[in-house]
Amino acid sequence: MSDTTNGQRTATISVLVDNEAGVLARVIGLFSGRGYNIDSLTVAPVDADLSRSRITVVTRGTDLVIEQIKAQLGRLVPIHKIADLSADGPHVARELGLIKVIARGEPRVEALRIADAFRAKIVDTTIESFVFELTGASEKIDAFIDLMRPLGTTEISRSGVAAIARGTRTII
Amino acid sequence: MNAEMNHAETPAAGAQVLLRALKEQGVEVIFGYPGGAVLPIYDALFQQNAIRHILVRHEQAAVHAAEGYARSTGKVGCVLVTSGPGATNAVTGLVDALMDSIPLVCLTGQVPTHLIGNDAFQEADTVGITRPATKHNYLVKRSEDLARVVHEAFYVARSGRPGPVVIDLPKDILIKPAPYVEATREPHRSYRPQTEPDAAQIDRAVALIQHSRRPILYTGGGIINAGPEASALLRELVAETGIPCTNTLMGLGALPASDPHFLGMLGMHGTYEANMAMHGCDVMINIGARFDDRVTGRLNAFSPHSKKIHADIDASNINKVVTVDVPILGDAGLILRALLERIRSLNAQPDRASITAWWRQIDSWREKRSLAFVQPDAPGSIIKPQHAVRRLFELTRQSGRETFITTEVGQHQMWAAQHFGFERPNHWMTSGGLGTMGYGLPAAMGVQVAKPDALVIDIAGEASILMNIQEMGTLAQYRLPVKVFILNNQYMGMVRQWQELLHGSRYSESYSEALPDFVKLAESFHGVGMRATSVDDLDRVILEMLKCDRAVIADIAVDQGENVYPMIPSGAAHNEMLLGPDRHHNNTEVTNAGMVLV
Repeated sequence: MSDTTNGQRTATISVLVDNEAGVLARVIGLFSGRGYNIDSLTVAPVDADLSRSRITVVTRGTDLVIEQIKAQLGRLVPIHKIADLSADGPHVARELGLIKVIARGEPRVEALRIADAFRAKIVDTTIESFVFELTGASEKIDAFIDLMRPLGTTEISRSGVAAIARGTRTII
Repeated sequence: MNAEMNHAETPAAGAQVLLRALKEQGVEVIFGYPGGAVLPIYDALFQQNAIRHILVRHEQAAVHAAEGYARSTGKVGCVLVTSGPGATNAVTGLVDALMDSIPLVCLTGQVPTHLIGNDAFQEADTVGITRPATKHNYLVKRSEDLARVVHEAFYVARSGRPGPVVIDLPKDILIKPAPYVEATREPHRSYRPQTEPDAAQIDRAVALIQHSRRPILYTGGGIINAGPEASALLRELVAETGIPCTNTLMGLGALPASDPHFLGMLGMHGTYEANMAMHGCDVMINIGARFDDRVTGRLNAFSPHSKKIHADIDASNINKVVTVDVPILGDAGLILRALLERIRSLNAQPDRASITAWWRQIDSWREKRSLAFVQPDAPGSIIKPQHAVRRLFELTRQSGRETFITTEVGQHQMWAAQHFGFERPNHWMTSGGLGTMGYGLPAAMGVQVAKPDALVIDIAGEASILMNIQEMGTLAQYRLPVKVFILNNQYMGMVRQWQELLHGSRYSESYSEALPDFVKLAESFHGVGMRATSVDDLDRVILEMLKCDRAVIADIAVDQGENVYPMIPSGAAHNEMLLGPDRHHNNTEVTNAGMVLV
């Protein structure tokens, strides 16, 4: 959730934007140009007519910096709504990881056992490799990857965080 | 009726639709420079008379000219440049307008849509390059979007916190027929700036003002951008409450310089009384200023004992640099009106006796006469730059003509801000945020286009003026009688000053070697050149310059060693000003932390 080292906290910010060319570059450019962190970023269209996309950015900063990030995002013309999900109330944040483990013998069996414990899905397999699909909080995926790494050659692909408020609250 | 139907059946070419949309948006003048990608627009311009085109000599100057036009008229400035180098040359001007919140629409040509991304001749990723240089930008890829985008661009440029907007126009879009649509009155689908202040915040601000004993108004460019009514309301508020008022560099003219409540400019080269009052106030009312680093000095010592009210149109300016007690989001004019009405209806003027005591304190600071200088009057004496600006001010005021002042960037800019008294808003144009050398001449050109009968003077330095000197050609072509008043100290003066104060007087690369003969230079551009080398020549040269109905360069040789004072050294606080070379208020040493500041 929110670690508060040095007065900093992690913020999960969801932004509803026009689904148009360059809009992601505006958001990313704002973060890099003003020296804000991006820990993770996801984007995809969310309206039935594909007219708007939702960008979810996980970032870090003091409360003042997070407020500043929201205010700076608010200046961008094609932005409709901004929500700091971590500050506004309970929310669900999930990430999907695809983890390839190349191993034989005992490490391969161990990989399977761990995957079972994490309820990871096997989406591809060969005699010497698995691709696991795992969904959950980022920390869960971190933990899974930490356990897999010693077992063989690993390759990781992660989606970044998608998040939404619990209950009836929306930013539609 | 039939004609209209025919019109609908055979829509005009994109370039014509573009001009029609510009006309609907009230564009009368475009500052531009042609090139391959925008030839269809130039062809359409050739076939009409409603929009005038001013041919500049460099695209950066086109943008500054449009800034001068916008700042003197309150309208949106319009620029037209070609693709590639045309667009990249315009970037400095765009950032300048972005930093100073000047409304502009810049039309850039682009290679045809099917060539975009192919490294075509004169192709540049203009929307990519100008994304952080503009308030917003557009690439028009479909003819049906063209007219709508133009209308939207003007709305975005002038509303909320104004700024520059780029429309990138591929050549095929300009040639292909495009449908015309009129500007819509529908609210924008996502961009809706808040202009009306929140009543509860106004009440909180009024309560602070009512109980203040040492209040100060600190106002900036936001008041100028909110239109002349906002400045009039500021005058009313000051008269109603007796609160002292200081202006930022961008905000000069909002309160008349002659108003006794005016403390002068504040900040790094502001007056002693303005900075001391900022330091000692108990309630600070910031309207339309953004706590710029030139204004605040060392942040952890900035106005330590005050409650702060901050009114701004841009939410991102609030709590960005200085944490405030009462934020008010909205238009400066509407906020001033609301404050004034509330103060009057509640009889919430601050206590008269406290204000009088506060003024006694301020008057004691005024007695330091922090802008004082000594002009030797013996015949043949070298001219002090401050004296040159003061005489220019006094002689233009005596002429009774409406006067607009632009500047370049550096010492002369600060002397102009300190010694030229501005009585009205929109008559002072300077590059505040970006600090763009080469701004003043093209900006003056834009002002003169908007105000053909006014006196337009660029107070310049000999180094800055050379950065856009080619615009003397534009002045000649359009018979624009701009006056360039060069304070020539043969140094990049502000660089030299910092080298003297911070770098052991090692004047690395700041001497203006091999200067042109400015008199001959003016003549070669079909203008008039004049020169003053001693104090005896000064008034005569200024009067001749003011009388001349052509473009003039007046080359005023000034004291090479003069520094701008007073000064808050880098990393120092408002109450640690240097008053002059021999008048150190505190023996402030510049710290290493201060050295890294620009």
